[in-house]
Amino acid sequence: MNLQTVKIAKAENQNSERISGSEAIIKCLLAEGVDVLYGYPGGAIMPVYDELYKYQDKIHHVLTRHEQGATHAAQGYARISGKVGVAIATSGPGATNLITGIADAQIDSTPMVCITGQVPSHLLGSDAFQETDIVGISTPVTKWNHQITKASEIPEVLAKAFYIAKSGRPGPVLIDITKDAQFEEFDFKYEKCLGIRSYEPTPTLNEKDIISAAELINSAKKPMIVWGQGIILGQAETELKSLMEKAGIPAAWTILGASAIPTSHPLNVGMVGMHGNYAPNILTNKCDVLIAIGMRFDDRVTGNLASYAKQAKIIHFEIDPAEVDKNVKTDIAVLGDAKESLKSILPKINNNNHSEWVQQFKDLYAIEYEKVIKKDIYPTKNGLTMGEVLKEINNQSKGEAAIVSDVGQHQMVACRYAEFNTSKSNITSGGLGTMGFALPAAIGAKMAAPERDVVAIIGDGGYQMTIQELGTIFQSKVPVKIVVLNNEFLGMVRQWQQLFFDKRYASTELVNPDFVSIAKGYYLEAKKVTKREELASAVAEMMACKDAYFLEVCVEKEDNVFPMIPSGASVSDIRLE
Amino acid sequence: MKDKKELFTVSVYTENNIGLLNRISAIFQRRHINIESMNTSASEIEGVSRFTILVCVTEDQIKKIIGQIEKQVEVIKAYYHTDEDTIYQESCMFKIKSDLLFDERQIQNIIKESNARIVTVNKEFFVLEKSGRREEVELLHRELSAFGIMQFVRSGRIAITKNEMKITEMLEAFHN
Repeated sequence: MNLQTVKIAKAENQNSERISGSEAIIKCLLAEGVDVLYGYPGGAIMPVYDELYKYQDKIHHVLTRHEQGATHAAQGYARISGKVGVAIATSGPGATNLITGIADAQIDSTPMVCITGQVPSHLLGSDAFQETDIVGISTPVTKWNHQITKASEIPEVLAKAFYIAKSGRPGPVLIDITKDAQFEEFDFKYEKCLGIRSYEPTPTLNEKDIISAAELINSAKKPMIVWGQGIILGQAETELKSLMEKAGIPAAWTILGASAIPTSHPLNVGMVGMHGNYAPNILTNKCDVLIAIGMRFDDRVTGNLASYAKQAKIIHFEIDPAEVDKNVKTDIAVLGDAKESLKSILPKINNNNHSEWVQQFKDLYAIEYEKVIKKDIYPTKNGLTMGEVLKEINNQSKGEAAIVSDVGQHQMVACRYAEFNTSKSNITSGGLGTMGFALPAAIGAKMAAPERDVVAIIGDGGYQMTIQELGTIFQSKVPVKIVVLNNEFLGMVRQWQQLFFDKRYASTELVNPDFVSIAKGYYLEAKKVTKREELASAVAEMMACKDAYFLEVCVEKEDNVFPMIPSGASVSDIRLE
Repeated sequence: MKDKKELFTVSVYTENNIGLLNRISAIFQRRHINIESMNTSASEIEGVSRFTILVCVTEDQIKKIIGQIEKQVEVIKAYYHTDEDTIYQESCMFKIKSDLLFDERQIQNIIKESNARIVTVNKEFFVLEKSGRREEVELLHRELSAFGIMQFVRSGRIAITKNEMKITEMLEAFHN
């Protein structure tokens, strides 16, 4: 690598030592503060596993049951800790099995480094056993990727990998290392990467933009904030809260922004988007200034762009210049890190309270409460609802649990009803909508935050996509709490079939196994709840359990998630029933 | 007007790394955009490569594509220009039977008038080279077609921009 293209932290006092490429990989990981990695061994990565055996007292390897599980575990680890998650796999199928998790991390901006073994360099391109072009395959779904064929490249490339994964807008990086490079000996010395000349992770804040944004916010009569994961990634929770409180601005969140501000905060007006709350969706089309912070105007947030906040001036605080004007044309773009930007705008913001405007949110919430929320969390019908399960978990965890949700109806219910007191508590697959995410992600989350209760909320469909990770939970003794909300359907697809395809339930009904027996087969504590009166005690038993616990709750089969913005409709056309 | 498709020349300054071509072309492929031509070469800066990509899209599209290209870690800077903003050329070569050069007098006139250059001549064939704008290359191709062309090849567009592209300053700023 050309030294002129990167800035490094010079390690003057460090003598080089002659070691193998595979040992160098472990030393690089240790130098980057990696204490746990998730993976699966195989032929082309065996030299690295041999070193992991030698270094097992320094670095903990968690054997997942599938490489996809390793990536989601690394994602869960990264999302709750803010650190880089690491996954490792062999060449060929091992590497291709990582792709779903990598794509998920790319679209949800999760810092992750994946290391794959590759066939020896002299066999590259020969269709060797377990050879696949993983650099080619992963290119569109990685922030950066690189193939190493010489041991001497390992320190520089891995230093770059960690720097790229965590800086600016984070993302996944894949490093493919040929087996001969793993065996090769060289003089090792590790120097951290501090900069790359072709890469500007965080744009420099422009004072002029801050001034015009502050003026616009100060002049607004009906301002509204929509924040996204940028607040969490940029650790700007305090600054956001100060902005909301100083200017008296109601603030709503995208699914990945959830938990950045406590649920109970009076100016926290709920989730935007397809199954978000009624008030922030309706009032998106009534506000006069929309302040978007660290979010990317995903189509699930905006609905039909032609009728999205057309009356409003738009301010977009964003770290990634490619997101500005991508979906929604902004009036003022403030490029930069969310924390830094909000810090510099705060002194320029006037004290205000938009009490009449805030009241409008409360009035609409009251309508949503009557028509939707009350029925969800205090149901009067016989069957259990997903909402009341969440309510029970809230009651017993007092908002302190980290909630890891999968994808589908239960995810929307979990994100709508889970109560959060602390940031980084909502871990879910937002952009990619990856079923099977939650169970392995919960493993990583629990390992990164062992002091916290980690509750995975999963549907019966998604659960069976990565159910084998129960083996990882058992073997690695990860005390996660698993709640499967079983409606014997792929519920969200069924809901769409009911609403938009005349109830033609094509391939959405599931004939399920005995989930409790399966969990017990993995030696986990397990229970099944079918009646309302059993729910509270079962949740209590789960929360009190020191080990992993599996709770199946059989819920109403054909409940729908409302509110809902039908696909292609405007945010203000949100339906309550 | 905003939805009107037009030709844009995209210039991308990059590090010279394996796989970057794939990464950049994937940005077009993912958006179902056909690349009219692509050329990669050295640039005025040592160690820095330059891509010249020709695409037919709307201005709104090209702005977003530039954003996506610049987002790539190994891309230093990307620009887009219209034909008016650039001086551009293509190059082409023809392989033609040598007999024709002597039998068909018209061919000699065509060569002269088109400012084409004879690269090599032997008993069997001669090779003609021509650089210029697409229309000039196409005109020459049409004219020679009447006599029979054994082989024809045309390069992608290369373009120099009228405005400055301050890459050196950007790279120097990194080291300061």
